[in-house]
Amino acid sequence: MQKNIIRVLAVLFLIPALLFTVSCAKKEVVTTPVDNTTAVDDSIDQAAAQQAIAEQELAEQLAAQELAEAAMAAKRAFLEEKVYFEFDSSALTPEAEMIIKAKASWLLENAGNVTISGHCDERGTEAYNLALGDRRAQSVKTFLLDLGIVDSRLKTISFGEERPAVTGNTEVAWQMNRRVEFSLD
Amino acid sequence: MRKILFPVFVLFIVSIITPIIIQPSLAAYDYISINNPFLQKIPVAIPLFQPLSNTGSEKELSREGNDLLSDTLTFTGYFKMIDHDAFLVNPDNVAIVAPNINFFNWRSIGAELLITGGIVIEDEIVKLELRLYDTFKERLLIGKRYTGRKEDLRRIIRKFAGDIIYTLTGDLGVFNTSLAFVSNGTGHKEIYTCDFDGHGIKQITKTKSISLSPAWSSDSKWIAYTSYKQGNPDLYIHNIYDKRGAVVNLKGTNISPAWRPGKFEFAATLSFAGDQEIYLLTGGGKIIKRVTSSWGIDVSPSWSPDGNKFAFVSDRSGNPQIYILDLETGKTRRLTYEGRYNTSPSWSPRGDRIAYVGSLNGSIDIFTIGIDGSRLTKLTSDSGNNESPSWSPDGNLIVFSSNREGKSRIYVMTSFGTDQRRLLVMPGEQTSPAWSNRIIGQ
Repeated sequence: MQKNIIRVLAVLFLIPALLFTVSCAKKEVVTTPVDNTTAVDDSIDQAAAQQAIAEQELAEQLAAQELAEAAMAAKRAFLEEKVYFEFDSSALTPEAEMIIKAKASWLLENAGNVTISGHCDERGTEAYNLALGDRRAQSVKTFLLDLGIVDSRLKTISFGEERPAVTGNTEVAWQMNRRVEFSLD
Repeated sequence: MRKILFPVFVLFIVSIITPIIIQPSLAAYDYISINNPFLQKIPVAIPLFQPLSNTGSEKELSREGNDLLSDTLTFTGYFKMIDHDAFLVNPDNVAIVAPNINFFNWRSIGAELLITGGIVIEDEIVKLELRLYDTFKERLLIGKRYTGRKEDLRRIIRKFAGDIIYTLTGDLGVFNTSLAFVSNGTGHKEIYTCDFDGHGIKQITKTKSISLSPAWSSDSKWIAYTSYKQGNPDLYIHNIYDKRGAVVNLKGTNISPAWRPGKFEFAATLSFAGDQEIYLLTGGGKIIKRVTSSWGIDVSPSWSPDGNKFAFVSDRSGNPQIYILDLETGKTRRLTYEGRYNTSPSWSPRGDRIAYVGSLNGSIDIFTIGIDGSRLTKLTSDSGNNESPSWSPDGNLIVFSSNREGKSRIYVMTSFGTDQRRLLVMPGEQTSPAWSNRIIGQ
């Protein structure tokens, strides 16, 4: 029993140690050719080393770029993905909850305050739709609060039927307009 | 400068002429049936006003005044104008005073009422004599002489039309009332006002944002509305005569104001507490108290004429329906059961009925219902979406918006749904009309 624990501990210590050596080894590749006094004649080795540097830099740039792109994509998704509702309803559908959960994880990883705006389709009455848009924004906000986002970061506003996302007198257009949108302040 | 000096000189003297001021009491006449006055319209003949001197400009003004009087009277829904072609008299030589009038001629073309006019223009001052006769009784009912500038013609005609309505119905009519509405002709929804018949359009707000749902105070001096001027839907209280005003800019939505009759108070929906509830506020925008308390949407209050109750929209049953709340007892009862989407209540000035917007089978129409839930009546059908009904202060007419011709426009109909017609021609779309009470001092 005790042996097992020691083994586990040994493995646990070994992993970071290995990781450390790996990263050290990488650094060695980077640093050695810089010392051009020792390798001044070895042109083949130097060329190879320089190529390695170039590849390394490229790889890092690519990785950084991918990261930046991923962050941008995540931000774009956060801003562009809308939460949709049924007619005359501010209840969250399972799909809506999935989308809001993704929003919550983005908000947990990123700073910034958010405005949640509630919208309605053109059918129905202006005043009622203002209230309904208010409720839609509120129900999204309440769910985000439940997911651990602090209240001070979340502001709501209702536009009722005043700012349709798409125009048209079709069921599809109405669906697209019954929504909550997100914007960063 | 000219504007200041001139009226002092001619200040639209409604001088009442000479021999005859007859304001018979209502009971004496039974011209207008209370049950449905708009189905059997009273045939009226209005021959051209006769020039009483020989200047050329009288003829032109005579025709203009004649058309105006016809249109103004037709607007009420009570009257049917008899075509001038049917007249048995020479249009240039019409007897305008009783002993000379051949009433048989007017009766024989179906005219029950006859209006004659005589016009004189001297030094740009118009003198207009107008008389209303009952052709069967061969009696003068009203006779008046008006003096004013040429530009006052519309006001003179409205004044006389108002006297006619008062004589025939005992009610002051709608001729000195206004409408407020929303138009997006500038690219932004702004609040406008106009006269009852669509003339005299004035832009009230220039917020360049979204302004919505204008509501008149019962003295017709204040308009409350919602605007996004500061980013959030806030309530603005605006005096239309001076620059006074107030803002209710609480967190959340601040919407659907309705002035309490006879008081400088209004009800409105506020959601600062997290739920859309109706509150009573002072005209200065201070909350007096919360009046609804039901989780969900409570919106669009419309007061009973006595100011003790209001109708409103609530989704407490699962979909929007009209309810009535009694402020004295605190009790609320549901009014509408037909359909799953009933909104925009407007309590009639006579107190007995409520107009509202209902959605049945996909079309959006205007209905009226008794305040006890009886006698549900559909006023519009097969004519696009019809919304935002608002009663004229005499309870005879309802103004509303409709997209029956494509764009949303303002229309008027009688309270029985007859005589539906478009009011305004202006760029953009018009919505949310609200009818004022009589404007005092006009």
